[in-house]
Parts: sequence; C-alpha cells; structure tokens
Amino acid sequence: MDALDLARWQFGITTIYHFLFVPLTIGLSVVVAALQTAWHRTGRPEYLRATKFFGKLFLINFAMGVVTGIVQEFQFGMNWSAYSTFVGDVFGAPLALEALLAFFLESTFIGLWIFGWDRLPRRVHLATIWAAAIGSNLSAFFILAANAWMRHPVGFAVDPVNGRAYLTDIWAVVTNPQALSTYVHVVSASFVVAGLFVVAVSAYKLLHRDRAPHPDEPGLFRRTLRAGLVTTAVAGAVVALSGDHQAKLMAEYEPMKLASAEAIWETEGAAGFSLFAIGDHEIGEVGVGRNFVDLEVPYVLSFLATGSPAGEVEGINDLQRRFSEQFGPGDYTPNIPVLYWSFRLMIGLGLAGVGVGVLGLWLTRRGALPRQRWMYRVAIAALPAALAANIFGWVLTEMGRQPWTVVGQLLTAASVSPGVSLFEVAFSLTVFTLLYGVLAVVEARLLLRYVKAGPGHVMPYPRAGEPEPDRIPAFVY
Amino acid sequence: MDLPTVWFVAIAVLWTGYFVLEGFDFGVGMLLPVLGRGSDADRRVVINAIGPVWDGNEVWLITAVGAMFAAFPAWYAGLLSGFYLPVLLVIVALIGRGVAFEYRGKVDDPRWRARWDAVIVAGSAVPAFTWGLVFANLLRGVELGPDGVVRSGLLDLLNPYALVGGLATLTLFVLHGAVFLALKTDGPVRHRARAAAGAAAPAAGATLFAFLMWTQADHASPATSVVAACAVGALVAGALLVARRREGWAFLATAVAIAATTAVLFGTLFPAVLPSLLDPAYDLTVHGAASAPYTLGILSWIGAFFLPVVVLYQSWSYWVFRRRVTRAHVS
Repeated sequence: MDALDLARWQFGITTIYHFLFVPLTIGLSVVVAALQTAWHRTGRPEYLRATKFFGKLFLINFAMGVVTGIVQEFQFGMNWSAYSTFVGDVFGAPLALEALLAFFLESTFIGLWIFGWDRLPRRVHLATIWAAAIGSNLSAFFILAANAWMRHPVGFAVDPVNGRAYLTDIWAVVTNPQALSTYVHVVSASFVVAGLFVVAVSAYKLLHRDRAPHPDEPGLFRRTLRAGLVTTAVAGAVVALSGDHQAKLMAEYEPMKLASAEAIWETEGAAGFSLFAIGDHEIGEVGVGRNFVDLEVPYVLSFLATGSPAGEVEGINDLQRRFSEQFGPGDYTPNIPVLYWSFRLMIGLGLAGVGVGVLGLWLTRRGALPRQRWMYRVAIAALPAALAANIFGWVLTEMGRQPWTVVGQLLTAASVSPGVSLFEVAFSLTVFTLLYGVLAVVEARLLLRYVKAGPGHVMPYPRAGEPEPDRIPAFVY
Repeated sequence: MDLPTVWFVAIAVLWTGYFVLEGFDFGVGMLLPVLGRGSDADRRVVINAIGPVWDGNEVWLITAVGAMFAAFPAWYAGLLSGFYLPVLLVIVALIGRGVAFEYRGKVDDPRWRARWDAVIVAGSAVPAFTWGLVFANLLRGVELGPDGVVRSGLLDLLNPYALVGGLATLTLFVLHGAVFLALKTDGPVRHRARAAAGAAAPAAGATLFAFLMWTQADHASPATSVVAACAVGALVAGALLVARRREGWAFLATAVAIAATTAVLFGTLFPAVLPSLLDPAYDLTVHGAASAPYTLGILSWIGAFFLPVVVLYQSWSYWVFRRRVTRAHVS
C-alpha cells in the first residue's frame, strides 16, 4: 500500500458514498416540486401533506448530499495535486461554473423554501422549490461534463513548455457527446431512484395501512405510489435508451472499457453478449488473457456496440498491443473481473428496479392495490436494487478508465499529490470512513423514523370543524 | 490590469464574500451555548436566525475554491495538498456542522440535541480558527521547492504568527456573529448577544491589531497599512455602535472589518499566491499559476454576468427573512 493506492480508495469511497445521496436529491427535488404544484393547482390537502412529508425526507437526504459534496471539490487538490495542476485549466472551468450557476441557486432557494412557508406568497414559494430543483439538475450537468472530459478529452491542447492542458474550445467540452449522453443516462437513473424511493415509502405505509393514524392516509399513499411508479417507468425507458447509446459511445471512445466489461479477449465480428464468464489474465503481459467458461447470447454485443449484428468489437489483447505501441510499454488493462461484474450488476439490478415499476403500474391500474403482502416487500426491495445499479454504473465508468485519469493524456499513477505522505492519506481515509459510517447510521435511522411517523407528524390532521393548516413552519430547525 | 490579476482580485472578492457571510454564521454557531443557555427555545432562536442563509453562505467557499481550481490550478493544488491536515479539519468540521443544523431538531430528545449542539460549536470554531491559520501561513510562506511541491509539516504551520492569525479570525467571527444576533433576534437572546459583543470586542480588537501589526512589520506597504487601519477602526466602530443599540450599522461595521482584513491578506500576498520560505525565486506567482487567457476570458464573461445575479437573489433572500427571529417563530 502506498499513498496512491489509499488515495484511490479514498476517491472511490467518498465518491460512492456521495452518490448514494445525489440521485435522490436530483430526482426527489423534482418529485417534491411536482407534488407542491399539484397542491397549488388542485388545493387538495393530501397533496400538501404529501409535499411536506416527502419534503422532510428530501431534506434529511439533501443535507448529506451537500456536506459530502464538499469533500469531492477539495480532494482533487488534496490527493491529486498533479492531476489538478495538469487539467485545472479545462476541468476546473465546469467545476467553477457548477458552483456559480447551480450551487448558489440550489442552496439559496432551498433556504427560501424551508423557511419561506409563512413568509412568501404561495406562488413565489412554489417557484423556490422549482429553482432549487433546477439547480440540482444543472449541477449534475457540469459535473458530468467534467467527468466526460476525462473519458473523452476534447477542446484542449497541451502546452509544450509547462506540460499542462489548456482549454481551446469550451463549446466542445460542454457538447462532448460523452457528456450529453451520460447526463441523460445519469439523470434518468436518478429519477428511477427517486421514483422507487417514493414507491418504497408508499408501499411501506400501505403495507401497514391498518396502523394509519387517520383514514385519509392510505388514500394519500395510493396516489404517491402511482406517481412513483409512473416516474420509475418513464425514467426507466430513458435509462434503457440512453444506456444503449452509452454502449455505442463506449465502443467508439473507450474500447478497452467495453472489451473488459464483456471479457472479450480477441477482436471479433458478430460478438455475443456474455452472460457468465470465468477467465485468466496475467498483468503486464501482452495477449495472454482468455476465458475458460463463457456463456453468450450470439450477435447481441455487436449489435449493442455498433448497431449491426456483424459489427466488429475490439478485444482486450489486441487493444493492449495497440496501446503499448501508441503510448509505450505498460499495462493498459483495467481490473477486468470488477468491470465485467459491475456491468452485469448495473444492467441486472437496474432492469429489476425498473421492472418493478412497470409491473406495479399494471397491478395498480384503476385504483387497485395488490393484496399479497410480499408484493409490497418486493416494491421496497427495488429501491436498494436501483441504488446499487447506480453505484455499479459509476464503478464501471471510473474503473473502466484506468490506468488513465485522463484517457490517453495522464495516468492515474502520475496524478497523485507528490508532497502528500502516506500517513496523511491514511489518516484522512480513516477519518472519512468512520465519519461516513456514523452518518450513514444516523441518516438511515432518521429516515425510518420519519417514514414510520407519517405525514400526520409533519402536518397534523385537523379536528372536526377546524380548517386545514397550510402554513405551519414545518421545516424550521 | 491583465486577466490573471483580474482573477486574483475576483478570488479575493469571493473569499471576502465567504468570510463576511459565513463569518457571522460561524460566530453564531460558536455562541450557541452561551446565548442559548438555559432554554432550548432560545437555542432554536439562535440557530433559526441563520437557518435560511447559512447554506447559501457556504457556497461562497465552494465558488472561491472552484474558481481557484479553474483560474489558478497550481495554486489550488499547492494550497490544498500543502495544507492537507488543516484542510481536512475544516472539511470534517463543515460536514458535521451542516448535518447538525439539519438533524438537531429532527428528534425530540435533549441528549440528541445536546450532542448536535456540541457539533455545531466545534464545527464553527474549527474553520473559524483554521482559515486564519492557513491564510497567515500563506503570507508567511511555505516550504515550497523548485518542483512546486509544498513540504511544510503540521508543526511548521503552528508557528506563533499563524496562531495569532487563527485567533484573529476566530475572535473577529465571534464578534461578527454576536452583532448579527443582536440585529436578528429579540428578547433574552438579543440582550445576551449585545453583552457577548461587548465581551468579544476587546479580544477581537487586540488580536486583530496584533495580527495586522505583525503583518505590516513583515511586509510594509502603505496601501495595506491604510486598509489595515480601516479594519481596526471598523471593528472599534462596530463595538461602539452595538453598545448603543444601532445593530444594523454595527453589523455593517463588523462586515467592513472582515472585508478589510481579507483585503489586507490578499493585498499582502500579491503578486505571489504561494510564497516560498526557501527562496523567493521558487514563489508561485499569479502569472505562474494562472490558466490560459482563453479559459480566464470565458470565466470572466460568465462571472461578470452571473455573480451579480447571485448577489441579487441572495440579497432578496436576506430581505425575505429580514424580521427578527423570536421564540414565537420557533414554537
């Protein structure tokens, strides 16, 4: 173990942890805004109740997303100073734009939304949650543009004197085909997570509807269940379509990632999609990898990657030979088993989550609710499945880029901070791991507590004859 | 002024915005147990006084650091890797503090709240002190070699000058927070806030004066000495004004004191951004660290258009929450 290994672990741990909260923030901000809009349009108190209930859960999650995001912005400089110096001119620009154009919007308007219930006119107050939601979705774009640039660097040149990359075309960076496609894929996947979050919470409450403290409560969750299922199914279709597009871009710009994700060793036409493979790979050697077992669906991979069932897909051994000639001797393969299984788990768990959404829509048509209790449990289980699919998607994206931080330009090994000691990285890794562990427990318990307490807890049901309260300061600290 | 210098000023402005705004909410956090003693309602008044704005205030830091990354990559990289442990301390403090604000009221249990209150106090005090420590070390210089790598250890950073710098920002923010609470609250919290401002002012005045004098002694410059005098003058004016119950003007005065102090920091640093203790030839300078003109030009256009928009809607949010927070608001 050296500082490089630990810095990589730290990046992986902090990024994956951060990304447990981000998709929910992105998707749920829009769901909550839509619920409040429904209340604004119809005036029905159950929509207000649902807004405040899911709003509270949203805020518990939002806080974690914000604070874990700070680490992301700082650790490039702390652990990866050589990388930061090399790419700051290009990579720093979207990051700075994110802060200026998106974070300010999100943070300022979330404050206005939390504390503005009794201060702002209803219409203006509704606009504040939409502004915050737009901020969340916009920030995703800038981050993904920065990330896409690392995978497919465009619009830049390298200064021959100081060896640093510099920007030549900002338009190329923000319209990077990898950026646009990834944005659609990641944001729609976030809406699947948010949809399934609403589904899981609603299913939990409907499963225990005999314990509901008020007769209106099951009706409310019947509505939110449907809303969550619709969100999941629509977003799921977009995830699938954009995922297909991603595979084609991967074949074009990141062939090694695709070959590793499929464990294809030799270049072949009419390649099949592997379902299960066991292989052998000796690091550093050229052309020695092979599979012992490989169960394939014929033609599917060629079709996914090239749009034609006979299309040629490059293999790991051939790519390794090509890159060794192009960049000099070295190992240009990522961790193949990790990529192979991440790819399968991303697709499998993602399809499972979206499948629950589609099936649920059919089962709950015309206001019906399933009687079997296990169906609700399956609906609840779809949420962790979708979250895990998101995580495996990122593992595939980030580890598939290895050994590069910027493909073809900068190796990960050359990116680490030269002046930072093993002790410093080990210490910060320990601190973050412990802190994140404690916070995960706290957050999960708080969410469960509020789900159990139900909407009546954030907005009490009125007694007979009393008017519905709508401006109680439900969110103040 | 050329583009790198413009961006040096822009980053100084972003840090100024950060210290002026988050300065008072750090102060409020540190004063929580003092001003909210005895009653949870009072503690909630204290926290809710900054509730709507603290998150927006913190984005000034995110933007300042993001802008350093984009406009001066080598500065960003050298600063964050060179000040590894202090920066780690700040991040951990900000994580705890942000979660604490959101979570403390979510469970109705005095022990739960007391724990999060402790996190708020530590989470506010640590960055308030550490930022002063970091900037003082920046002025003093770090062990920066010809390879652009900072090799100062933690013990090098804990020198007397930097400790005075840390105390200066800490006490300045306590005063700023006390004045803010005197302006934004009513009843017992307001009374205690005024008393706290009276107690904090001599300490803040003495440490700030010592820090600025020491800075001037090391880097004499007529321009920064005028600004430094303004900083101390504004602090004294703030203390006098809050004692006379002119809280709005007092807050303006402490804000000016912080802005002027930040101006002294950046004015003294220029044209270096990371000075070397080993040899002035190794200094990382504004021009050596800057991004290419194309990037700086794009950032300038976007910044010039959108930063005023940000200031506009943040000002509006302060206007929306202009009323004093009282016990009636939180119960």
